[in-house]
Amino acid sequence: MTEFLQQLINSLTLGSIYALIALGYTMIYGVLRFVNFAHGDVFMVGSFVGYYAAPYLIKGIAESGRSLPFVPPFAQNSYAGAIAVLLVAMLACAVLGILTEKIAYRPLRSRPRLTMLITAIGVSIFLEYFGQFLFGADPKSFPSLMDMNEFEWIDTHWGLTITNVDVTILGVTVALLVALRMIVMKTKIGMAMRALSFNPTACSLMGVNNDMVISFTFGLGSALAGAGGILYASAYPSIDPLLGVNVGLKAFVAAVLGGIGNIPGAALGGFLIGLVETMVVGYWSSNYRDAIAFAVLILILLVKPTGLLGKSEREKV
Amino acid sequence: MVKLHTKLFTLLAVLAMGCATGYSQDEIVVGEFASLTGGNASFGQSSHKGTQLAVDEINASGGVLGKKIKLITEDDQSLAGQPATIMRKFISSDKVIAVLGEVASSKSLEAAPICQANKIPMISPASTNPKVTEVGDYIFRVCFIDPFQGTVGAKFALGKGWKNVAVLTDVKQDYCKGLAEFFEEAFTKNGGTIVKEVSYSTGDKDFKAQITSIKATHPDAIYVPGYYAEVALIARQAKQLGLKVPLLGGDGWVGDSLIPVAGAAIEGSFFSNHYSEEDKSPIIQDFVKTYKDKYGAVPDAMAALGYDSANILAAAIKSAGTTDSAKLRDAIAATKDFKAVTGTITLDANRNATKPAVMMTIKDGKFSYVDTVSP
Repeated sequence: MTEFLQQLINSLTLGSIYALIALGYTMIYGVLRFVNFAHGDVFMVGSFVGYYAAPYLIKGIAESGRSLPFVPPFAQNSYAGAIAVLLVAMLACAVLGILTEKIAYRPLRSRPRLTMLITAIGVSIFLEYFGQFLFGADPKSFPSLMDMNEFEWIDTHWGLTITNVDVTILGVTVALLVALRMIVMKTKIGMAMRALSFNPTACSLMGVNNDMVISFTFGLGSALAGAGGILYASAYPSIDPLLGVNVGLKAFVAAVLGGIGNIPGAALGGFLIGLVETMVVGYWSSNYRDAIAFAVLILILLVKPTGLLGKSEREKV
Repeated sequence: MVKLHTKLFTLLAVLAMGCATGYSQDEIVVGEFASLTGGNASFGQSSHKGTQLAVDEINASGGVLGKKIKLITEDDQSLAGQPATIMRKFISSDKVIAVLGEVASSKSLEAAPICQANKIPMISPASTNPKVTEVGDYIFRVCFIDPFQGTVGAKFALGKGWKNVAVLTDVKQDYCKGLAEFFEEAFTKNGGTIVKEVSYSTGDKDFKAQITSIKATHPDAIYVPGYYAEVALIARQAKQLGLKVPLLGGDGWVGDSLIPVAGAAIEGSFFSNHYSEEDKSPIIQDFVKTYKDKYGAVPDAMAALGYDSANILAAAIKSAGTTDSAKLRDAIAATKDFKAVTGTITLDANRNATKPAVMMTIKDGKFSYVDTVSP
């Protein structure tokens, strides 16, 4: 029983990160009806931004012998420092997302959707290998933003190990989910996003600036990927330029599983994929991990083609 | 139409010239393939630097047979499928006389059949899976093989009094599967018990599920014969999940990012390796010094093996007196008591090196020498 509960806890960390990235896929699909395959690589860029920004923001991370022109404002292992790194990565990714949309996708928006899809694959490969050129191919050790501590009480009474990093990851994910929900449901720009997703032509006829809304969506989705990158790198502190390939694929599956275009669905899908993976590895064999995760996807799509929470849509003729 | 034809013709002419010139006659062309980028980049970079250093030294002292060695290095990006492409390029366009590489057994296994079929001698610096040299009589290696390394690990574990050991292997690597298999064989034969066997795949980052199921069996140690990138994360997550037993592994642990990523979690774990730079013998210290002067870093085992592979090839070319492939093959096969950085190497009938292994540990954030185990 203890082992099962521990596996359940393990799956939450993994699931949170899948959920955060799945949200980006789903939001962009929601407004543009296209899968941004470069999203997983934006997540990778997020973790590298954190890696390079941390020494400038947090004291004691810069390599010895390297002097910075100023004293970093935050102490190591402080929440303020961790939040600063998180925000910088989110901001950088938002800018990257908006730029990719402007440069690579916008000129193709009137073309067949397949053109954009192939371009997205191109952007993805560009980010991966340009990343390899820029950051080097070797795995980098991500600095610790928070001291890793176990909660002793839970360990002694329940035999379960939960660290503050696990709890923080889950907490940040839930907070970002709630914030996103508020933006989409309660703000004007959120309403514009929903309207655009419903009918782009009618939306622009009503005086909504579609380009601006699409830019905003890319920025928001990419910021979430950036946050995912920092959380992922804090939990698994070895980052490399091809980090986004696998995680991006899993998050995409999570988004489809939950019903692509549906925000709560993406979050649910993320946690579900995390759970399935952890349980398959824990009780069966790691060989079948991806096979089972994809089998679950196929099964659900067979039974419910729109995904778990997706609504069916009538094709306009 | 005319224009197009002219263009095509010019292009063909240029290509034909490119093929005809090739490399000049006063150079001996040797091909090297390594994972300079990708997941095994740390190995590939090291072995390449070691190989390059040896070639530079040989050329500086006049080369072999009065000619300079020209080393052509290709990057296989740690990807399956690349070595085969590179071999075809080496053989058909570069016309290499011998091939040096790879570190990872799975890559060497891909290249070896092509070298064998074309009768090009291939020397792997560090592929320890037995199957590599079984491909044929043109395939050699300058390192020991998995059975030996697995047995050394098992002997060491029993010597430490560990009776119950869990095994965590990378199912995507022939190297890891080989080490695990021979460790288990030697360990159970001598009274040990394998309490749990679980696996992961190269590139995984989350091992908590495996570690949680291992923890439930209360082992004395975990045998993790994987590569450094995953081992570092396994060590961290094991500590995080409260599993406070040492890890035990093989030479795949040696990589620049192991200690920075794993931090304190890897302290007190052990692994078998090819050489230790702490060894005081002059041949090792000389090598460490020249390597440091050139690259500004201490050479790891992969660098030492890359260095040895190039030197053994050069010695064989010298003793063969020619670069004719059959004669060169015989000369490499006859290598005996060659004083190399990674120990005195004799190539046996199966073209494998017989030489000692060292056990290392991680202490105060550094690799540190524990013991030498002879074959």
